[in-house]
Order: sequence, then C-alpha cells, then structure tokens
Amino acid sequence: MFEAGEYVRTRVMNPDGHTRLPGYLRGRPGRIVNYAGTFLFSDLRARGEPDVLQALYTVVFDARDVWGADAAGATSIAADLFESYLEKQT
Amino acid sequence: MSDSHDHEHDHETSAEISNRVKRLIGTLERRGILTEEHVDATIQSFLSHARPANGFRVVARAWVDGEFKQRLLADATSAVSELGVDLSHWAPVCIRAVENTSVLHNVIVCTLCSCYPISLLGPSPAWYKSEAYRSKVVRDPRGVLEEFGVRLAPEKEVRVWDSTSELRYIVVPERPAGTDGFSEVALAELVTTNGLIGTALV
Repeated sequence: MFEAGEYVRTRVMNPDGHTRLPGYLRGRPGRIVNYAGTFLFSDLRARGEPDVLQALYTVVFDARDVWGADAAGATSIAADLFESYLEKQT
Repeated sequence: MSDSHDHEHDHETSAEISNRVKRLIGTLERRGILTEEHVDATIQSFLSHARPANGFRVVARAWVDGEFKQRLLADATSAVSELGVDLSHWAPVCIRAVENTSVLHNVIVCTLCSCYPISLLGPSPAWYKSEAYRSKVVRDPRGVLEEFGVRLAPEKEVRVWDSTSELRYIVVPERPAGTDGFSEVALAELVTTNGLIGTALV
C-alpha cells in the first residue's frame, strides 16, 4: 500500500497482453496524490483470468521527468495506476 | 487536429469494430437471445440520457453552490447523482471532477483508447479520439491548447489527466468574470463540451 504524498517509480514492463500502464509512463518517477479505491485488475481480466481487486492510485508526474529537460515547465501528467505498476522510489 | 491520415485510420478501426459487432449481434439474434429492436431501444434510451446538458448543469451548480462544489471535488460520482444524472448504464462508472483555478488548468485525454464521461458529455468529439490529440496533448499540452485557441500564462500549471483506468474525468472550468447575477440556468448555457474537457475556457 502507498499513501498520498509518497514518491514512487513506475515499473519498466512490456507484457505480451493488455496493460493500463501507458508506455510513455514506464520507469518514471512520480508522486501519489490520491488512493482511488480498489478496482478489478484490468490486465488479468483482459486475459480471461479470474477477477482480482487491486488498489488504484492517482500518480502525478512532472512533464520533465517524463519527456526530459526540453519539456515545458509547470506541466504535469496525472494517471490512475494499479499498485502492481508501482514501486517505492529509492 | 486531424489530417486525412488520422481520418483514414479512425475509419478503418471503426469499420473493423462495427463488422465485429454486426457478426456478434447476428449470432445472438439467430440464437434468439436478443432482437435488433431490443438493441436499438437500448442504445436510444442510453443516448437520450447521455447528453452534454448533464455536464453543463453539474458545472453551473458547482459555480453557484460552494458546498456542492466541495462534494463534487471530493466524490463526483455521488455528487452528480444528487442532480439525477444516471451514471449506472450497463456498467457502473466512477467520475472525478478536477477544478481549474487561477494557478492550474486541467485537460483530459485517454491515451490508451478513448475513455470519456459519456453520461455527462454525450458521445465524444471525433478529435478527442484522434491519434493526433491523444499522442500530442501529453507531450505538448500548451501547444495543443493553443491550437484550440487557449493561451495560458507560462507560469500557470497545466495538468493533463490521462484516463488510463477506471475513472472518467470532467473539468470544472473557472466561472467567467461578470456573471455574478446570473441564474444557474443562464450559467449552464455558458458551459461548453470543450470547456469540460479542458480544451476551451468558458
């Protein structure tokens, strides 16, 4: 479980099947701003596996952490991401 | 936002999907599980409730009622239900409202597909589903907003909400200046679909 305010990093992953972690947000540092509750984990559902609930968090990324130093300042991206996509930032 | 290539691409994709849906409906009809009339009536009933006027009403209420606005920002799914908007069509949908302020502008996208709060805004505009919008707004939101005629001060934060998952988003725009005496109904008439996506100011 993560808490609002915690710094996390999205995992680098390239599964064969469906995932809701967009490619451009993989391996990026971000900050949890909200716990959205538990939802059926889409990646398993898409494979026809039994339904499993998983925690979903709203994570905010600075555009420069996603696109590099030439991204505009004062710009951020927010995405709702399942817990298994995230690891604590070290 | 869309050049001819995007249109061709979108049409190919929707033709594939539409063929698949036709085959599926055909099979279900042959097996006596549903009829075409039933499908038409269901879609008609859904679309008659899913209208942008719902979203406009929600925003106008938030502008005139500070307590409603707090409930909307804390838990939009239940706040929207207070106004009698039905969010529970064939699958339950969670809504989140994000507020534009003097220091923050919000804009909505779904980069993975085209998730959209249909119950509050009706079917989405074609540009919202285009690859051009979906790929560019996360990389250069200020540039995309300028294409829509929205120029923001460089120090104002722009936050792009990528609806990757279970929640559907609406933007609560800033209430326009000079509308102090306006009724809720008059305010609702000022709101636009693009305003609720964040690609226009109101």
